[in-house]
Amino acid sequence: MADNGDEDSEYRIKVGDCVVLKRGDIFKAMQIQLGKKVIFEKQWIFLDKTVGQLYSTTFDIVSGGNLLPQKPKNADDASDAKEAGTDNRNIVDDGKSQKLTRDDIETLKEQGLKGQEIIQQLIDNSSTFRDKTEYAQDKYIKKKKKKYENTVTILKPSCRILAMMYHGREPGKICHLRYDTLAQMLTLGNVHAGSKVLVFETCAGLVLGSVMERMGGKFVLLTLQSLAVAHCIIKQPLFPLHSGHGSVVQMYPGGGPVRAGMESFGFPAHFHDTLHEFPICHVNALLAGTLDTTGKHSSAVEKQSDKDKEKEQNQPEAEQAGEQQDGPEDPNMETVTAEEARVEKEKKEKEKRKEAKAQEKRMKLAAAVAQLEGRNADGLIIASRFHPSSVVMGLLKFLAPSRPFVIYSQYKEALIECFTKLKEHGGTVNVRLTDTWLRHYQVLPNRTHPLLLMSGGGGYLLSGTTVATDTAKPSGSQRVEEPAAKRQKLTDTEG
Amino acid sequence: MQENQQTICTAFLCKTDSSSSEDYNRRLLIKLQTPTSLEKCDAFTMSFVEYSDVIQDGDVAIVYLGIDSTMPIKVQKGAQTQTRYGVIRHSTDLIGQRYGSKVTCSKGGWVHVLHPTPELWTVSLPHRTQILYTTDIATITMMLELKPGSVVCESGTGSGSLSHAILRTIAPTGHLHTVEFHQQRAEKVAEEFKEHRVDHLVTVRNQDVCKDGFGVTGVADAVFLDIPSPWEAVRHAKTALKRQGGRVCSFSPCIEQVQKTCQALMDQGFEELSSVEVLLRVHDVRVVSMPLPDFGPDPSAPPGPDSRGEAPNHASIALKTTTPPREIPGHTGYLTFATKPRT
Repeated sequence: MADNGDEDSEYRIKVGDCVVLKRGDIFKAMQIQLGKKVIFEKQWIFLDKTVGQLYSTTFDIVSGGNLLPQKPKNADDASDAKEAGTDNRNIVDDGKSQKLTRDDIETLKEQGLKGQEIIQQLIDNSSTFRDKTEYAQDKYIKKKKKKYENTVTILKPSCRILAMMYHGREPGKICHLRYDTLAQMLTLGNVHAGSKVLVFETCAGLVLGSVMERMGGKFVLLTLQSLAVAHCIIKQPLFPLHSGHGSVVQMYPGGGPVRAGMESFGFPAHFHDTLHEFPICHVNALLAGTLDTTGKHSSAVEKQSDKDKEKEQNQPEAEQAGEQQDGPEDPNMETVTAEEARVEKEKKEKEKRKEAKAQEKRMKLAAAVAQLEGRNADGLIIASRFHPSSVVMGLLKFLAPSRPFVIYSQYKEALIECFTKLKEHGGTVNVRLTDTWLRHYQVLPNRTHPLLLMSGGGGYLLSGTTVATDTAKPSGSQRVEEPAAKRQKLTDTEG
Repeated sequence: MQENQQTICTAFLCKTDSSSSEDYNRRLLIKLQTPTSLEKCDAFTMSFVEYSDVIQDGDVAIVYLGIDSTMPIKVQKGAQTQTRYGVIRHSTDLIGQRYGSKVTCSKGGWVHVLHPTPELWTVSLPHRTQILYTTDIATITMMLELKPGSVVCESGTGSGSLSHAILRTIAPTGHLHTVEFHQQRAEKVAEEFKEHRVDHLVTVRNQDVCKDGFGVTGVADAVFLDIPSPWEAVRHAKTALKRQGGRVCSFSPCIEQVQKTCQALMDQGFEELSSVEVLLRVHDVRVVSMPLPDFGPDPSAPPGPDSRGEAPNHASIALKTTTPPREIPGHTGYLTFATKPRT
């Protein structure tokens, strides 16, 4: 019962944590903030009481929107031998079997009855309940539980949970990417720690976050050069001999990278160290070698966003200056000078901050360029509303040879075109257009069957591997060192 | 590196953010293959969990011959490999070449040599048992929430198809405990892990998981079962999983097995049970030509030299579309997932 706090600290909910609220199949991502009312399934609740509790705890929602951890369930429901019928031949569905009215139920709710108790009331007041078969009774109870149980479970976010959440709640935001399709993308793309992955997505950052989860954050690669050094390292775990290994470069269209979905993962800070961003409006310049990151000639993009920011800042500033001038116009020279000096100083500081920001931006851009210019990325993941052929032809050049790429599209035709373009262009092998079919099952004794509804479609994937585009060396070139007729047959693998 | 010297001596560490508590477990893993003298090794050598650029002696490479035709190759100085396009000579055609290069074989045809990945391995590996394919593997990986640092228990190892994919995902700080009750298969797969330079991430145990469990307790984030009687191993899965909780998955071809397993999972207190099946559909892109029907000259058409033109006689429309393969895999197995709550 009394858990060792330290051991479990990473399993406890903290203020500021990104969490996912769950009830049944409904998920909602949120951040834990004190005193803040949040809405979940048409109810306003406070998450304050969750702080310090363990993840995956289920809470009852009590009056006032507060949460109370549920007491552990007693094994009572299942074991009672209930009175039950054999079939429904005599059950007439006239809508009158439930004696409680809507108002009665509301009253019960207001009285503070828990979900479980309300359900018991409904059972007791149903004239047909005991005539139902055992299975029908189970189904009835399950249905009522879904409606009346007032609970919420707090979960730690993961790719699985967030992908299911987005697909259930806001599929339009993620181009209708179904979670099993996302799973295929991560595996076909061979996303793993230490690799350099390029991501172009308009899926609210969900794909980006999923890639980052599979990369595991920042790792430092060491090469042991002697046993002595090895002992050293074991004692001092943060002794790097090589630097930074593994990165994600988010290519983004438009003004700025969208990351809401990624933020929901709640990654620790070092994950962000591996993340870079690069605006696609500079791709051609980068490929041509004409991209300038030193800031001597600011790009149009920088200028535009600077202009927008300036507009915002100038408004309140202008008002301030106006007010000051409205003051006593009596030219007490010293006062006016002091005012002017202050305004000047503020202006200079604002300039400095602007310059610092611009500098930071340039550095970030330069860092992203450094990742890309080697054209040695290990993987390319595309999942967007943009026309995929154009996207992939623009970004494929950044991949090293013998590396996978995966393109998602909601529409098969778009990928057919992509397939054709890739074949014409060459430089890829093993290009396949696929989709997955997903079916859920209900597994209960004597009641096992696929579920009645299934997902109509989860999108399509085009996947393949890059190859070198330079010409091959013919193997016929006579090498004298070769032993004459030594043949090695790999018996297991041929045929 | 000298010949005959085995694996890279690399250690991966995570730079922790000292100002906030870590969410993920990190472990320092060093497997020293030659404890007496460590040579300086190339930081980037081929392994199934780490990309490299140039083919080296001792690597395992994948030869791509065509769609659905791949072949693994153990690269060895002086060796040759026979393909249907001719002979590949390792010393000239492979060693020193970049991965992804085109290799022309002795008969004049050509192939590409690819860096190994678990996905390519799955379609090229020598089968000792029926294996899991990428579609199921991908679903399992995501639903078990595998990521770098995860500790996973698996049984049966079989031909190692899923094992390689797990190793790739949990590297460099995770560990796989895999159990195989067939001695030769256990030995073979352990050999392959060594050749593929991933053996520092995995422990192979030759025992019966239903009787003796996974060999570890309270350490796993996830457990995977692909055995004839998974319900007999559920309690061992529970023991192997961390006290704070974890995920479990069972793969079974038959629905009766699924039913028994679900019952066992519920009896052992597992929650959030979910049984699914995933199938892959491949779409072959084709251009098809469909002839236009000839309804005869159309008297109501406006007269004009170019309007109707040559349309009716020998015209056809070229259509770009996809066709399904004649037969597709209709069933592999049912995947049952569950969560072990804190105990």
